[in-house]
Amino acid sequence: MAQVYGNDFTAPGETPARPATSDEPETFRALLEGEGRVEPRDDLPDAYRRTLVRQIAQHAHSEIIGMQPEGNWISRAPSLRRKAILMAKVQDEAGHGLYLYAAAETLGVDRADLLDQLHSGRQKYSSIFNYPTLTWADMGAIGWLVDGAAIVNQVPLCRCSYGPYARAMIRVCKEESFHQRQGFEILHTLSHGTPAQKAMAQDAVDRYWWPSLMMFGPPDDDSPNSAQSMAWGIKRFSNDDLRQRFVDMAVPQAEALGLTLPDPEIRWNEDRGHHDFGEVDFTELFEVIKGNGPCNAERMAHRVRAHEDGAWVREAANAYADKQAARPGADVA
Amino acid sequence: MTNAHADYVLGLADDALVSAQRMGWWISRAPQLEEDVALANIGLDQLGQARTLLAHAGSLEGEGRGEDDLAYFRDERDFRNVKLVERPQTDFAVTMARLLVFATWQAELYAVLAHSSDPTLAGVAGKAVKEVAYHVDHARQWVLRLGDGTDESHLRMQVAVDAEWPFVEELFGAVDPALVADGIAADPTVLRPAVLGRVGRVLGEATLTVPHLAPAVAGGREGLHTEHLGFLLAEMQHLSRSHPGASW
Repeated sequence: MAQVYGNDFTAPGETPARPATSDEPETFRALLEGEGRVEPRDDLPDAYRRTLVRQIAQHAHSEIIGMQPEGNWISRAPSLRRKAILMAKVQDEAGHGLYLYAAAETLGVDRADLLDQLHSGRQKYSSIFNYPTLTWADMGAIGWLVDGAAIVNQVPLCRCSYGPYARAMIRVCKEESFHQRQGFEILHTLSHGTPAQKAMAQDAVDRYWWPSLMMFGPPDDDSPNSAQSMAWGIKRFSNDDLRQRFVDMAVPQAEALGLTLPDPEIRWNEDRGHHDFGEVDFTELFEVIKGNGPCNAERMAHRVRAHEDGAWVREAANAYADKQAARPGADVA
Repeated sequence: MTNAHADYVLGLADDALVSAQRMGWWISRAPQLEEDVALANIGLDQLGQARTLLAHAGSLEGEGRGEDDLAYFRDERDFRNVKLVERPQTDFAVTMARLLVFATWQAELYAVLAHSSDPTLAGVAGKAVKEVAYHVDHARQWVLRLGDGTDESHLRMQVAVDAEWPFVEELFGAVDPALVADGIAADPTVLRPAVLGRVGRVLGEATLTVPHLAPAVAGGREGLHTEHLGFLLAEMQHLSRSHPGASW
């Protein structure tokens, strides 16, 4: 399974999510039909619960793995203002991870188990974070393109049928929108700077453009989970519709930046009222999902090392809390 | 305005900047997600203090240098921070031992400087005093948990306190008496007992021992640093220096 920032699809050869059965509780179906919000105490079908747990958990994992490619430049940010903005941005990602794990916990799982599943490779995170951040301009490209794609995917999730997820997404989207603007601003400054800075910006856009389009998942006719997620009101628009929306948004913005998108086939199609664009190489996406991307091993090793190195600290905190609780006069209620 | 005045402010700015640079390392590496958020917060506060202090030092110096000129285009020998903050801190116990000492010192320092006769310094300190109160509390909470947690955490916390301790004394190094007399700077002989008293109480509460160790050789305020600072600056400055004159 691959979670693409609020999207959910299966790579070829993997088992798709179990299809829904017809024994969904009446109250649940009535809620969906009335476009109401499903809340944790409602009677939820198991398959709906499992799908949501997986999607929210993988979204949370994406946020915390996503801290690494940008964290990679905190120590080297080229001005103190940029350093402060970047630290705040990566901090926001940790905060998004916290809201999302909390949303998943309303479905009866706990964060420690979800993290174990991430660390053992049983749950995935967005493939985009398996690409390296090679220059400062990548901070701009990630903000503009990756956060831009995430917003296109996530804004509809603010109306997702599951209340706690929808509410978490409202907060997340507000911050993502700020992140996207700062990414755009980094690229704008670079593309209007020295020739070396402009080249750096163009190179970053060239490297991040296609992987950003892959974030929406495979084409609709190759996306086995989408129909069920749409029926459940988790997903509102198809992968291809969202991808098109993203391209239509990015093309005029690239012009405003004075940068080109690395696709000679991009042109306005009057009849469709959309931009045409070239074919995405989904073979690359599936290779990255399978673990063969440029940074899969490093991202996982970094995450697992942080968790293992911190084990003694978490154990100490628990031991201290137990001692405090056992002390005379401690509130045992 | 004298150079001693600019140098004093620059020292405080560099303390905050170098500490923020070390703190930033933790983001994505903390023992739990809440701590990634907390350490980022602390680093951001320190960076904010550094930026205003650097800008102020630049204006006192009067040579037209701004925060980024001072942060990115000075060499090791021109940095004025204490050695306490520049050494690597990739161990959580070391980070908390150091933060307890550093933030407690900043808390006492900024409380005095909030009434400095230098109005800019007073303004920065007045804002920062609230920030560092949170840093002290955060460090205290962790020193208690680690000191009085498991046998392993107790040992690791004591080792960390012992490693930091020789670098504590430099925080109380002499300041130009004229600056103190003019009400610009805080008197280190007043700060010392207040800081050591507060830190000692936390260590005692955490079942840890206050070390009796000789101070390390000072010199940070004169630009004589450990070998670690050069690497920190090389990493921090390289991009900016590779594109002289560029805006970001």
